[in-house]
Amino acid sequence: MSMVEIIRAARESRDYQRLAETMPYMQTLGIMVEEEGDGVILRLAASETHVGNPWRAALHGGFIGALLETAAIVQLILEQDGDTLPKPINITVDYLRSGRVTETWAEARVTKLGRRVANVYASCWQDNRERPIATLSGHFLMT
Amino acid sequence: MNDSTFLEQLRDFLAKPEHQSPHNKFLGLEIVYLEQGRAVLRVPYSARLAGDTTSGVLHGGVITTVLDSACGVSVIAALGKRMGIATLDLRIDYLKPARPGEAVTAAAHCYKVTRNICFVRALAYHADREDPIANCAASFMITAAEALGPSLAEDQP
Repeated sequence: MSMVEIIRAARESRDYQRLAETMPYMQTLGIMVEEEGDGVILRLAASETHVGNPWRAALHGGFIGALLETAAIVQLILEQDGDTLPKPINITVDYLRSGRVTETWAEARVTKLGRRVANVYASCWQDNRERPIATLSGHFLMT
Repeated sequence: MNDSTFLEQLRDFLAKPEHQSPHNKFLGLEIVYLEQGRAVLRVPYSARLAGDTTSGVLHGGVITTVLDSACGVSVIAALGKRMGIATLDLRIDYLKPARPGEAVTAAAHCYKVTRNICFVRALAYHADREDPIANCAASFMITAAEALGPSLAEDQP
């Protein structure tokens, strides 16, 4: 099955975890796609492999950025009309709190879906959705 | 402690497996160069880190992670003494896709250190710095003097 077919099938069947199967990085890092309300949410189980440095049990900042970027891409895949994989043009990540080694969530909202470029906002939190550990805003190429 | 002593101690410290970042180790990241305020890190290509199965191109998140790591190490190398740091923000422009099968190098320069904040520029590229994959600007907050962890050298208190 091609990437395009998997994207279509995932959208139709609402079996969003299939999207992760097309992205080796998501599988390797244990990033899961789950249905929530009308949309999806990313879930990351606690793992020592996500820790940034060995003497402070906090998630790697770069990895938090990667999780937010993944949330943005998954959300765009589900909302777009086409079947291409959105490509990041630029991202800005703001780090608000240090991430502990515990279950972590991320979700994205498409601020504007243009014909060629989309603007996306994403947020990542642990036990309290109202207290994000990091946020992302970014532009993605849709063609 | 003068700058060269600090850098030597920092190199030795970061070379020890027990002092390496678990996530960086998981991705296979290595430090290839470390100087005053400058750090170069490299991540080998791995198909398991691809963004999609069709193209095999590395996920943007891998580029983000190697850039963030290089920026962080360059800040530590600029501070000249052990201090804790935390990323405040990270902005990345993705200039072109990474080529499948090739390692990605990130070169960071911490060009300004103030009392609380450090400013960094970085580039990610394959072999040619003049043909970058991504451009990055980041800022870091200096947190605590002890947060870097154990002493850099065994003989320090």
